[in-house]
Amino acid sequence: MRLIVPLRGVIQGRGGLFVGSLIPCCLFYFLQLYLKRRRPPPSDPTELPRTFSRTNLFSRGNSIGRVRVSSRAVPVAKPSDSPYYIGLERVKTDPYDRMTNTDGIIQLGLAESTLCFDLLQRWMSENLMESMMQSDDGEFDISSIAMYKPFEGLLELRVAFADFMSRIMGGNVSFDPSNMVITAGGTPAIEVLAFCLADHGNAFLIPTPYYPGFDRDIKFRTGVELIPVHCRSSDNFTVTVSALEQALNQARKRGSKVSGILFSNPSNPVGNILSRETLCDILRFAQEKNIHVISDEIFAGSVYGDKEFVSMAEIAGSGEFDKTRVHIIYGLSKDLSIPGFRAGVIYSFHEDVVNAAKKLMRFSSVPVLVQRILISLLSDVRFIEGYMAAHRQRIRDKHIRFVEGLKQLGIPCAESGGGLYCWVDMSSLLTSYSEKGELELFEKLLTVAKINATPGTACYCIEPGWFRCCFTALADEDIPVIMERIRQLAESFRS
Amino acid sequence: MGLPLMMERSSNNNNVELSRVAVSDTHGEDSPYFAGWKAYDENPYDESHNPSGVIQMGLAENQVSFDLLETYLEKKNPEGSMWGSKGAPGFRENALFQDYHGLKTFRQAMASFMEQIRGGKARFDPDRIVLTAGATAANELLTFILADPNDALLVPTPYYPGFDRDLRWRTGVKIVPIHCDSSNHFQITPEALESAYQTARDANIRVRGVLITNPSNPLGATVQKKVLEDLLDFCVRKNIHLVSDEIYSGSVFHASEFTSVAEIVENIDDVSVKERVHIVYSLSKDLGLPGFRVGTIYSYNDNVVRTARRMSSFTLVSSQTQHMLASMLSDEEFTEKYIRINRERLRRRYDTIVEGLKKAGIECLKGNAGLFCWMNLGFLLEKKTKDGELQLWDVILKELKLNISPGSSCHCSEVGWFRVCFANMSENTLEIALKRIHEFMDRRRRF
Repeated sequence: MRLIVPLRGVIQGRGGLFVGSLIPCCLFYFLQLYLKRRRPPPSDPTELPRTFSRTNLFSRGNSIGRVRVSSRAVPVAKPSDSPYYIGLERVKTDPYDRMTNTDGIIQLGLAESTLCFDLLQRWMSENLMESMMQSDDGEFDISSIAMYKPFEGLLELRVAFADFMSRIMGGNVSFDPSNMVITAGGTPAIEVLAFCLADHGNAFLIPTPYYPGFDRDIKFRTGVELIPVHCRSSDNFTVTVSALEQALNQARKRGSKVSGILFSNPSNPVGNILSRETLCDILRFAQEKNIHVISDEIFAGSVYGDKEFVSMAEIAGSGEFDKTRVHIIYGLSKDLSIPGFRAGVIYSFHEDVVNAAKKLMRFSSVPVLVQRILISLLSDVRFIEGYMAAHRQRIRDKHIRFVEGLKQLGIPCAESGGGLYCWVDMSSLLTSYSEKGELELFEKLLTVAKINATPGTACYCIEPGWFRCCFTALADEDIPVIMERIRQLAESFRS
Repeated sequence: MGLPLMMERSSNNNNVELSRVAVSDTHGEDSPYFAGWKAYDENPYDESHNPSGVIQMGLAENQVSFDLLETYLEKKNPEGSMWGSKGAPGFRENALFQDYHGLKTFRQAMASFMEQIRGGKARFDPDRIVLTAGATAANELLTFILADPNDALLVPTPYYPGFDRDLRWRTGVKIVPIHCDSSNHFQITPEALESAYQTARDANIRVRGVLITNPSNPLGATVQKKVLEDLLDFCVRKNIHLVSDEIYSGSVFHASEFTSVAEIVENIDDVSVKERVHIVYSLSKDLGLPGFRVGTIYSYNDNVVRTARRMSSFTLVSSQTQHMLASMLSDEEFTEKYIRINRERLRRRYDTIVEGLKKAGIECLKGNAGLFCWMNLGFLLEKKTKDGELQLWDVILKELKLNISPGSSCHCSEVGWFRVCFANMSENTLEIALKRIHEFMDRRRRF
């Protein structure tokens, strides 16, 4: 509403000038107010009048508003600023190949293993057809794999998984197939649990450093926050109750509601195996605070050190604690090297969580034909025992070589006993002992040494200079190549 | 949050709390739509072993063309097609491949298949195809992307009961119905659209889009071209999205009777019009492969494609499935034959059931697609109310041992309509079902 000053010139005289301008202004003001009140409410500014013909609307030059996506969709499509994803993308543009592209970028940023493919391949070539097309009379019957089956997974698969998990977790814990739901990979498993255990705006405590993928898995759609619980090299990055306590109190002060603790064991990216004592401490803490515990045990079968792996399921089943707050995630992407198959597990001691998760599986279930292959694979006990033994041995051998190579360069690694990677202390190569220095080193490693390793910043590590290096997709001859590149880079810093 | 609410959300004498999503009943599995399934599970019909059991006519599954698939897969050496033509190295790629872009060859195959179904009247760009583990996941994913919690999608009634769960449960989005009735064969009118939009506005709910199923479930009929044009017009004027779930597009009895929204968009250059249109498809109905979990979002909006791709990490299609189906779907000779024969067989089934019902004195909506017919039993209702309809449904379940879906579970505003599936059984079983209906109607006439 504009204040116009009309008629000033009309009124002569000193007081008259003032009054002469004020009165018309007031009148005008009230006129505009009156007219505004009489005007009909404004329509949706994006809505066009119905008189527009179709041809008008669809022809160029008309100002039709651009349709928008939801506000929760907006951050999803943005290019990621996390070095974890940047590194993975960069490798795709110039991937190392020991025959055809020896100058390419060597991938150390993806936790996958190809060490036992030969064994898997042989099994598949011998058993695939049979396992897929199982039918009573031996004839190919597509209806057995084509039709709808319960989304939570065939009972035979859950039984096979229960047995497999028990085997690889030391045989001291048994899993009940009716507490289990099969998912299309570990990614939906963690998301479904987040949907079931926490409301939008609630939070999980998560020890750092942690797997960068959790940010997407948990935050994309559930609206659940992740609150870091910082761990230090002095504890070999093992979470302590005092750190959990502190993080929880700070969260409460901020008004954040904590629904649970999420951690991985073996841990990613450090590769720690949590001790029985630590697991008990975590569960005791959770019980005291009445929150959930989610244990991501996806690397449970990739344990190569001397430390014994203990599943949270074992602690939960001991009778000492209320087990309904314990939930476990597992999958075949790491231990069995078949991420493409998409097979994961939610295991929960809480009946209502299992029931809700079952119903949510319609959004992320495993195709029946893949389930049949997996039933066959996981129930082939002789093969599985042989495979897991070879898998562990080959990781161990590769780990020794890799760590030794780094040691020769004066670069130490954290103590680790599981996973497909090691946690490397490159702080001696930093120009400044800071996040900035670490990111500069990450960039140099990527562009000069042409190695993609995941910097600790991407994993929310509170101490600069740490990098996760995955070594289970490397051939032995790749290792000296890597070490030489790092050596040359280090040299270039000194000069 | 007060104590009573907390106690409601933690049950079984333990006291750790669950989320609203976990305890909500938006999954809808307590409705009659699903209750009938339970009755079937407990006493399933079997030709030899249980001839008096419940015949499942509530599940829209297509089993009429399995033989065509079997012959194809046997002939083409399934093992070869499993790993692609490369044999052993193929396994390595398969096992490791978890890229949310999906296999290029598979996307090309899907695009080609979708084009064939539409008789080449629209082109599909493989790079706009986002793969999901089933159409259920595709619809949910699109809803996450197009609408925020408490926003709404307008959906014409009657609609697929699963939408209540798929579009609302985790997303927090509402459905506002666009009421359709038999006076014009349940087609969507501009008045009904406007009315639904206004209803939402009056309740202070922001409408983000319209979601239709074309051909319609449960009507079993295609949406007319003019209606599609009106719909797009409406969405442009309101500046909202248009989602067309075309999961039954390959099950239209006469190809010429189907107009896809893709055809309408094909002739439009204006990006601001095109980019509000998204299509959902799946292999579960047309190919009869729900167990494979293959769905897709096809969007004309670059941002939606990018976003959907990233979100599809939660619902990836197994690399196994992609390899296996890529060669089959790009075999144009096979797909042309399959589509043609499948349509023909569904049409014959439809004719059988509609004729059979007519002889029993029961009329159906004139349909031309899908795996079901929309039957009018309004004249049998004692009380012309939802309760009356459910009573009749219960009688049909308990006395005739037929599980059919009541219109109220599809939010139909007229009582007395029922959806009856016919493609998930043998011809014999269909005859038995019709016989039971005849006998029932005879008995009623005698009273």
